[in-house]
Amino acid sequence: MADLTTTFCGITSPNPFWLASAPPTDKEYNVRRAFEAGWGGVVWKTLGEDPPIVNVNGPRYGAIWGADRRLLGLNNIELITDRPLEVNLEEMTRIKKDWPDRALIASLMVPVNEDSWKAILDRVLETGCDGVELNFGCPHGMSERGMGSAVGQVPEYVQQVTEWCKKHSDLPVIVKLTPNIADIRKPAQAAHDGGADAVSLINTINSITSVDLDLFAPEPTIDGKGAHGGYCGPAVKPIALNMVAEISRSPALQGLPISGIGGVTTWRDAAEFMALGAGNVQVCTAAMTYGFKIVQEMISGLSQYMDEKGFASTDELIGRAVPNCSDWQHLNLNYVTKARIDQDACIKCGRCYAACEDTSHQAISMSEDRVFEVIDAECVACNLCVNVCPVEGCITMEELSPGTLDERTGKVVEDEYANWTTHPNNPGACAAE
Amino acid sequence: MTNSPLTPGIAPARLDPEDLSANFTDLHPPLDDHEALVAADRCYFCHDAPCITACPTEIDIPLFIRQIATGTPEAAAKTILDQNILGGMCARVCPTETLCEEACVRELAEGKPVVIGELQRYATDTLMAKNEHPFTRAAATGKRVAVVGAGPAGLSCAHRLAMKGHDIDLFDARPKGGGLNEYGIAAYKTVNDFAAAEVDWLMQIGGITLHTGKALGRDLGLDALKSDYDAVFLGMGLAGVNALRAEGEDKEGVADAVAFIADLRQAEDLSSLPVGRNVVVIGGGMTAVDAAVQSKLLGAESVTILYRRSREEMPASRYEQDLAAAKGVRLVFNAKPVRMTGNGATQGLVAEYTVSGPDGLKGTGETFTLPADQVLKAIGQTLDGVPGDLRIEGGKIAVTGAGRSSVDGIWAGGDCAQGGEDLTVTAVAEGRDAAEDIHQTLMGG
Repeated sequence: MADLTTTFCGITSPNPFWLASAPPTDKEYNVRRAFEAGWGGVVWKTLGEDPPIVNVNGPRYGAIWGADRRLLGLNNIELITDRPLEVNLEEMTRIKKDWPDRALIASLMVPVNEDSWKAILDRVLETGCDGVELNFGCPHGMSERGMGSAVGQVPEYVQQVTEWCKKHSDLPVIVKLTPNIADIRKPAQAAHDGGADAVSLINTINSITSVDLDLFAPEPTIDGKGAHGGYCGPAVKPIALNMVAEISRSPALQGLPISGIGGVTTWRDAAEFMALGAGNVQVCTAAMTYGFKIVQEMISGLSQYMDEKGFASTDELIGRAVPNCSDWQHLNLNYVTKARIDQDACIKCGRCYAACEDTSHQAISMSEDRVFEVIDAECVACNLCVNVCPVEGCITMEELSPGTLDERTGKVVEDEYANWTTHPNNPGACAAE
Repeated sequence: MTNSPLTPGIAPARLDPEDLSANFTDLHPPLDDHEALVAADRCYFCHDAPCITACPTEIDIPLFIRQIATGTPEAAAKTILDQNILGGMCARVCPTETLCEEACVRELAEGKPVVIGELQRYATDTLMAKNEHPFTRAAATGKRVAVVGAGPAGLSCAHRLAMKGHDIDLFDARPKGGGLNEYGIAAYKTVNDFAAAEVDWLMQIGGITLHTGKALGRDLGLDALKSDYDAVFLGMGLAGVNALRAEGEDKEGVADAVAFIADLRQAEDLSSLPVGRNVVVIGGGMTAVDAAVQSKLLGAESVTILYRRSREEMPASRYEQDLAAAKGVRLVFNAKPVRMTGNGATQGLVAEYTVSGPDGLKGTGETFTLPADQVLKAIGQTLDGVPGDLRIEGGKIAVTGAGRSSVDGIWAGGDCAQGGEDLTVTAVAEGRDAAEDIHQTLMGG
């Protein structure tokens, strides 16, 4: 069985599955249960200055569900830990003593001044934790007080605080980034420039999950009013994957370890983040939805996958897809495919036809007896029919081999790679050399 | 075709070979990949799940279903087989409707449980199709254990012991291993010779030597086993059959349902099997249902199950009852056999209605007659010949803890031992737990 032991910015844990800083890691009780269930590490619920913050006393979460109540997205307006700093530190100390092989990270959020950061770093050091994570991501409540994403959205602040933390502590510093920003590479660069040992992303996304159409108020609703919260869960994974890839393929950020966060629910999600360059992953919503036990499936699934691929360690997986992350302008325009419908598998629902006829390129024909066929002369290979077809594998995209005629363009498919940068229609095309 | 369902008496080949073969295909076709994903998606991954508690082998059902849902049925199979090495057969024969699926919260919510049995089959079939055996043996201990009976209890016990590094001699009275999986379960529940394939797959662990044709009391002595081996596990099942205690029981055409099923399971050619035009099966358990349904599938014109108590008291589940009814079997409740009629060969069965009162079950005096060319007795089995000095309670080997008999060094499990329902899955659990206890005893000092 593959060895899942992972070393992330110098911190070793028995597997790459950490619990993110969030309600599941707010107390010794929960963290003990998490470690008993098999989690490789825990980022403790964010610590702040005393007196502790207070939370709202109404609902803290809003959700988006599938038809069978499968939770797809979760939004929260909870703040950082609302327990005294001393209590958290004592609990963390006991945990690290009892679970030396697991990663324990302190997540921190204090006002933007050097003394505050120095003070809390000194306290946290006593716990024996393996590192700190700077919470520059929380998009609600704390940001109104100049912390959380209010810091994360200003690269200069990110760099400044990171520098303070590196100056006042020897612990590895992980900077947690907010996705509520135009270009994720900017705060990542700032963290890097400030000396960060790693970045973690994404924190939650500004969101309103739904509106109560009787109260005319956003949900979750507190006494008739609502405030935006932070969105997470399976729904945010594609956004998170892209942001992780943006950093991992950025030449200026090469070598900066990334802890992948955002909708990790299964081993496969974790493997995808890792293939895009994440050295490990952090999980919250999946644990909140299903309990700590889900880590068992993540462990068995990743092990099986790595065995099947012949990967002996997670290092062989991490970053493996990064070289294939490209820009649109470099995609091969001579790669031509056509949709193919497997008539034996087709159940004749006509969804491909509706999608193509109404919203795409009128490239699927429909006979009186409900036979659906692709019209090669019209098919632009958009893949929409594949995506709307309810039968997996019924419609596939077939590559036209070089030398064959593309009936749509009337041109023979060429063998050589050619992209937009050299295309004659591109006014800025540079001649191929 | 020489015969038809209307041919009088007991006759083979009542149906065309094509019809026979169609009748004996899989009761439930296996789930395909898409069906398995859709079925798995319905599992709520309950905390401390009721389905696990309801499973005699305590398989972590939510975990294996999640492993299916995430595209790793092989890992799911490992989760199943960790707890139940015969998870493949149990997926086919377990009365899930009274075990895991009855406990499923979606059964409570919607009357439609997650199809746990079918998902379990999907996972175990996927792994076994690759002919992978996911377990390896621990370092050799030098200890030798005799396991008597290669049915579910014995196989489970032998596998677990072999895994712990012990060497096992596995004895069975019959020519093949598998026990009731091979000889006693309806053919449509275990097609394509699955029972034998599963035994072969299980034996891949190594360290188990199967000796067939060796019966306790005939070819093997308990005292000799006890002195030759470091421990003995008895899992030989129940070879005896209860007597009907009805007049005419010795008439031609009266037979044991277990023998009828065994013949059917071992038949090379279904059309060679004789079956009555009018069949009456006496009893109310799964064996009664298996015998009745298969009689019908072989082409009997009429098949009746006669059960002396009410529908609610019938050991076969409502699901099994409905299966029988759907195949055209008539279920008669609250009636007991009085005598077989006919000159030499049975022709009819006279039955009497019963009523349950404070003094037990009594006949009402009202009788009726069913046409019966064949009467199959499925009224329970008995321990055949009490081996050695073992204490017997309620007709079974008395055990305490994890299958410890009254004699040191001898464990027992499965149908021949006290405790639990007589189910495949219960036998697997008892064999496994006895193996753990034997291991502890042998290694612990």
